[in-house]
Amino acid sequence: MSEYIEHDADGNSVGIVEKKLFTFAAPPDRLTLDSGVKFGPITLAYETYGTLNKEKDNAVLILHALTGDAHTAGYHSNDDDKPGWWDIMVGPQKGVDTDKYFVVCSNILGSCMGSTGPSSIDPGTKKPYGMNFPVVTISDMVRAQRQLMDHLGIEKLLSVIGGSIGGMQVLEWCVQYPDMVFSAIPLATTTRHSALAIAFNEVARQAILADPNWKKGDYYDNGRKPDLGLAVARMIGHITYLSDESMRFKFGRRLQDRSDFSFNFDADFQVESYLRYQGKKFVDRFDANSFLYITKAADYFDLERQHGAGSAVEAFSKAKAKFLVASFTSDWLYPTYQSRSMVKAMKKCGLDVSFCEIEAQWGHDAFLLPSARLSALISGFLDGAHREIRK
Amino acid sequence: MVHIVKSESNKLRYDLGLIASWIEPGSKVLGLGCGDGELLYFLKTQKQVKETGVEIQESKVAECIEKGLSVIQGDINEEVEDYKDNTFDYVILSQTLQQVYEPSKLIRSMLRIGKKGVVSFPNFSHWKARVQLLVTGYAPVTKQLPYKWHDTPNIRVITIKDFRKFIKEISYAIIKEAEINTDSQDKRGRIVKFLPALRATYGIFLIGKRL
Repeated sequence: MSEYIEHDADGNSVGIVEKKLFTFAAPPDRLTLDSGVKFGPITLAYETYGTLNKEKDNAVLILHALTGDAHTAGYHSNDDDKPGWWDIMVGPQKGVDTDKYFVVCSNILGSCMGSTGPSSIDPGTKKPYGMNFPVVTISDMVRAQRQLMDHLGIEKLLSVIGGSIGGMQVLEWCVQYPDMVFSAIPLATTTRHSALAIAFNEVARQAILADPNWKKGDYYDNGRKPDLGLAVARMIGHITYLSDESMRFKFGRRLQDRSDFSFNFDADFQVESYLRYQGKKFVDRFDANSFLYITKAADYFDLERQHGAGSAVEAFSKAKAKFLVASFTSDWLYPTYQSRSMVKAMKKCGLDVSFCEIEAQWGHDAFLLPSARLSALISGFLDGAHREIRK
Repeated sequence: MVHIVKSESNKLRYDLGLIASWIEPGSKVLGLGCGDGELLYFLKTQKQVKETGVEIQESKVAECIEKGLSVIQGDINEEVEDYKDNTFDYVILSQTLQQVYEPSKLIRSMLRIGKKGVVSFPNFSHWKARVQLLVTGYAPVTKQLPYKWHDTPNIRVITIKDFRKFIKEISYAIIKEAEINTDSQDKRGRIVKFLPALRATYGIFLIGKRL
């Protein structure tokens, strides 16, 4: 996912919010991961907005994508220059209305934005885990989130919502903890990573692994990080989040701050300059090892294999949620056919499912951009689900 | 800001109201080509129906979902294939048959996945259509069939008699039928008992398997 964080033009906001931490799975109660490794302690960074009602039937869990964090909406302080990553969707009278719903978002296991990940200190060695951090999967992330829900006293989620890798977590929630999920909104996502998606992730990972500063993941103490590799990885990712149409519209062949070619290898074109800027900006806030671990988790994600012996129908037969699936016309990373095939499987299981393919030129990133259509879909669907959960 | 448009009026379009009167409360209903969901919303809120809709146009699908209806964006001919036998009590095809490429295949699917089917369509043998063709020699353009031959989405012309014959030929049964007189957007209308083939603008049929 890219960063498109802008202030809300209407000034609607959840206001000042606070990042909280929850630590669990301390030895000997470590969490057993898909790989078989027992791991702990685990800290999850999370934020909440709105109020959990007396009936505890208005909790909505939001799941972020590759490089997101727990800071979904609002500001950390009055001087904050940007709100959370989905401020356009989450807040008073927005798509996910914080006047009605209690919203929770946590940073995923393996990330570097407050939750335990490869850059966290291993209490055993007192040094960052680096490559000693276990390989985690989307199910492991969801297992950890489940513990957070227990901590918050939430037995049933009115809805789980997420796009891209966040959407994978949504699907995983629905089949792993079917009794805890009343409704679900997987956006711009897939039940299994395609060869195309794995290929781009692999090239991005190779860029990091090839950086001499990566040093087998053990770069935290020597001052120099694999910034070049991570920046290139980000640039590759960025291309897959856009579309031919959006790039034509945004950049075309326009030159950057010049009227003719440089005849050297400077960033002649605006698109080059943009990608370089995105790469550079990214290394300041993200950890290269986390990028490796999370992209691997996405590549391993295969709902059919893990929960249905290869069959999507069998996997979804475990789910009970009411679904709203949405895809975007110009998304070529998780194209509409992938959403359609999950809808097909849900129908065959007799699940209550709605599906909409939203016309959008922005590629995969469309789910993060202001869209009256998407906001209205989510808002209407949540209202309906909330009426039904009370029946 | 999110603004939700909800159907304010409880008054259904006349033909849809007639269909609604045939639906048992609390049943499971699939609406094929459900448009903006007017009928499904009525059935859900007034008759406690468990609704599903299929609609191809994104803006209409969105309207339905915003009202809280469960609707899938897709082609009705393909979407019917995924459901198990007898998933629904009723499968409704309202004013869409004239646009269907393989009517017998679709109706078979409707009565595979549903116990009963409801089909409505504009009656091409209405006297106005007959007179236009006879007198002017041009293909008829009426309120119910408002398109010229070159811009019509309607690929079939169906008359009430044709439909009765067709249902018999494909070995299904007509359980109930109503011939009505109304404009397509009209809230008001009436049942035509006298010379319906000539005087009804629409035919509505409840069909099922032969016993």
